[in-house]
Amino acid sequence: MDVLDLARMQFGVTTVYHFLFVPVTIGLSLLVAILQTLWRTTHKSAYLRATKFWGKLFLINIAMGIVTGIVQEFQFGMNWSAYSRFVGDVFGAPLAFEALVAFFLESTFIGVWIFGWDRLKPGLHLACIWLVAFGTMASAYFILAANAFMQNPVGYQLNETAGRAELTDFGAVLTNPVALAAFPHTVFAAWLTAGTVVVAVSGYHFMHRRDLDVHRPAMRLGILTTIVGGLGLVLSGDSLGKVMTATQPMKMAAAEALYQTTYNAPFSILTIGSLDGSRGTPIIEIPGLLSFLATGSFNGEVQGINDLNAQYQDLYGPGEYVPYIPLTYWSFRAMIGFGMLAVAMAVIVWWFTRRGRLPEHRLFWPIAMWMAVTPFLANSAGWIFTEMGRQPWVVFSLYQTSEAVSPRVGAPTVAISFIGFTLVYLVLAVVALRLFLRFAKAGPPDEEGAMATSSPSDDPDKPMAFAY
Amino acid sequence: MELTTLWFTLIAVLFTGYFILEGFDFGVGILLPVLGRDNRQRRAMINTIGPVWDGNEVWVITAGGAMFAAFPHWYASLFSGFYMLFFAILVGLIIRGTAFEYRGKGDTDRWRRNWDRCLFTGSVVPAFVWGVVVANLVRGVPLDANFDYTGSIWGLLNGYALLGGLTTLLLFSTHGAYFLHLRTTGDLADRARRLGWKLGVATAVPVLAFLLWTQIAHGNGASLVLIVLAVLALAAGLVLDYKDRSGWAFAATALTIGSASAAVFCALWPDVLPSTSDAANSLTHENAAATQKTLGIMSWAAVVFLPVILLYQGWTYWVFRKRVMVERIPVA
Ligand code: HDD
Ligand code: HEM
Ligand code: HEM
Repeated sequence: MDVLDLARMQFGVTTVYHFLFVPVTIGLSLLVAILQTLWRTTHKSAYLRATKFWGKLFLINIAMGIVTGIVQEFQFGMNWSAYSRFVGDVFGAPLAFEALVAFFLESTFIGVWIFGWDRLKPGLHLACIWLVAFGTMASAYFILAANAFMQNPVGYQLNETAGRAELTDFGAVLTNPVALAAFPHTVFAAWLTAGTVVVAVSGYHFMHRRDLDVHRPAMRLGILTTIVGGLGLVLSGDSLGKVMTATQPMKMAAAEALYQTTYNAPFSILTIGSLDGSRGTPIIEIPGLLSFLATGSFNGEVQGINDLNAQYQDLYGPGEYVPYIPLTYWSFRAMIGFGMLAVAMAVIVWWFTRRGRLPEHRLFWPIAMWMAVTPFLANSAGWIFTEMGRQPWVVFSLYQTSEAVSPRVGAPTVAISFIGFTLVYLVLAVVALRLFLRFAKAGPPDEEGAMATSSPSDDPDKPMAFAY
Repeated sequence: MELTTLWFTLIAVLFTGYFILEGFDFGVGILLPVLGRDNRQRRAMINTIGPVWDGNEVWVITAGGAMFAAFPHWYASLFSGFYMLFFAILVGLIIRGTAFEYRGKGDTDRWRRNWDRCLFTGSVVPAFVWGVVVANLVRGVPLDANFDYTGSIWGLLNGYALLGGLTTLLLFSTHGAYFLHLRTTGDLADRARRLGWKLGVATAVPVLAFLLWTQIAHGNGASLVLIVLAVLALAAGLVLDYKDRSGWAFAATALTIGSASAAVFCALWPDVLPSTSDAANSLTHENAAATQKTLGIMSWAAVVFLPVILLYQGWTYWVFRKRVMVERIPVA
């Protein structure tokens, strides 16, 4: 295996891994903030207990998001130095903004929130978690703006002598249509993910009929977030699809394995057989849907892979401009399919628990709980589609992935770091998951415990409200 | 001022701030097995930095991001060239960051012992390797015409760089001991004071050697002044710690680290990564820089956000200013 393959694999593994935790963090920070706000406004202790319970699960998760994020920040330089030189002038700025605007905010106020229960006035303490929630979203925005430049370069000028893209319009970079469409899509995905996790964990306690006064409101909130997230995903996915077709038509063709330019293009749910253009057998096809997704009209024209490839060869010189089709085809379906399963589960749970009902069937809750893995699969699939569907480009139309890798870093070096990170990540995944499950099963603190550690106190003999 | 000068200064400030702040975090982690006799004492130690370590770490994330944006070539050459060093730092930071959050969430001794090891290793390794990085930065490395490092990892493990590593390791440990003296009470604070004294004395040797070497091989007028300041501050710290003036002693090592780091960046200037193979391939603050446009936007961002960040980070140190007492660590 050469350096390029290793570097790509490493990037894929570390980034997908980072993004397992990110959506939960974005979603849960908001839900915890809402629960704590509900407690401050209603003074019902159930909300406080829910805040403490979900706060702890949130912290187990964010710790992983933070440590894997640091790797992200540095690996552009380590593995992709040529890329960094080429785009740094444009791409660096949103990353720096992310650190200045979002990371400082998040990491400072998360510390204050964790340790501040007995040090701050309640209103101020509540503000801390809202700042964290805001920080996570700001973080997502800037990083998506950076990524959007790779999908659809804007606001730059190519400097041939310096051999790099140079910034001409930072406003254009921040308002890249791809970023504007991807941001809501990603935030809705985060809500769906966190909502599903809340439903699954509350479901466990519904199954054991424990602490229902705490879990019932959380369950309702979880169901609501999942459904709102799901609806939002479909709507924002639709507009993202149109933006994507306008900017990277090849990706839309690759999503359907559509080789010939077609009007009224159908969308196949599943296909048996190969996807190499020799027409596999679509099992279920929805007529016109691909055209609708791409253009907004059921009769719209969707360009096919072969025509686009020929077009690109004229534009960019000889070469293959087609991503790996089976992967784009299946990851696109996995994203939508798994995500919609999560939504369906939320609706079913809502139906069977409406007005205080409790489902009796002994498989009901186990199935509902297992559904919590679906949004994680959907998120990973969505990103794999986005990034692999852009290949062979790393910055679409400007710079190919094969040129991007660090020219002087040897394969053994990348292999060592790749294996090293993967092993550390595997161990941590097991540890984090086990901890998460353990605290999820343990349930919320009792009322006394929750109250005792949630008011400002200057009593010098009292134990700290929180200590690592 | 030229924008490239401004950004060189700002990145130097970010790294310097990082070394001062995360320096004592690392120190606490390094001293954990030495000073923490039982679980409660170790917890008290960890909780002195509990609310702030993450915010401290963001200084280096920002330094990295700012470098990427303001000096893309510097970022690219440094991180790809010093690859293995950064790999070691990253693995250290990963296991350390997780240890803070996860250590207290298990209840067997084995669980805690393993995370203590992670905290220790994750503090020792970066504390040492950052010194190696900084020393190689001023010393320079062989670069080709594309500014890519042509050597191997062994080229980075030269005597000067290893001395640099030893310097940061010991300096951060001393800084951590003074910090613990300041932020704990009773027996723990007392032992931190005594250990701090011993460490301070031991630190003096490599610090003097490293700074002298730096001055002779790469120094200039500004670095000389800063080096003298660093040495004086180190001596003052020793005396102050001995006299039980823990706050001032801590301020003194902060000054030592700050001026030593500033001295190194002064010695580096106007290069950002000198080439030892062909001086024409050296990266300077000019040929490594981004465009005026990007630097201008970044400058506005720094002017607006940095003061706000300093304010709220300062505020958190104020909120958690009380000493951590072993007796107040909750039992469960
Ligand atoms: C639970 C997660 C989830 C669900 C249910 C969906 N998506 Fe999605 N999708 C993502 C999670 C996601 C993601 C992981 O968040 C991505 C990766 C990049 C991005 O911005 O969001 C994404 C990317 C992504 C892209 C690629 C954008 C690009 O390459 O620029 C398109 C076209 C869609 N989505 C379209 C849809 C449509 C039409 C959906 C439903 C009908 C849909 N997504 C459901
Ligand atoms: C701003 C955010 C992102 C940036 C700047 C970015 C950048 C990159 C770069 C530089 C590569 C390497 C070149 C390549 O192989 O294509 C890459 C590949 C990849 N990225 Fe992203 N990425 C971002 C977000 C994500 C996220 C969130 C994920 C997934 C969770 C992701 C998944 C991948 C994958 C799977 C690859 C490997 C593709 C391949 O093997 O070719 N990316 N991305
Ligand atoms: C490949 C590019 C990426 C880089 C360089 C990157 C960098 C980082 C860094 C350095 C951190 C730690 C911050 C801290 O210490 O507080 C972090 C955390 C975070 N990242 Fe990423 N990230 C990337 C991809 C993404 C994407 C695509 C998203 C969202 C759409 C995202 C959202 C977040 C969020 C919300 C956090 C904070 C919460 C948490 O720590 O879990 N990141 N990231």
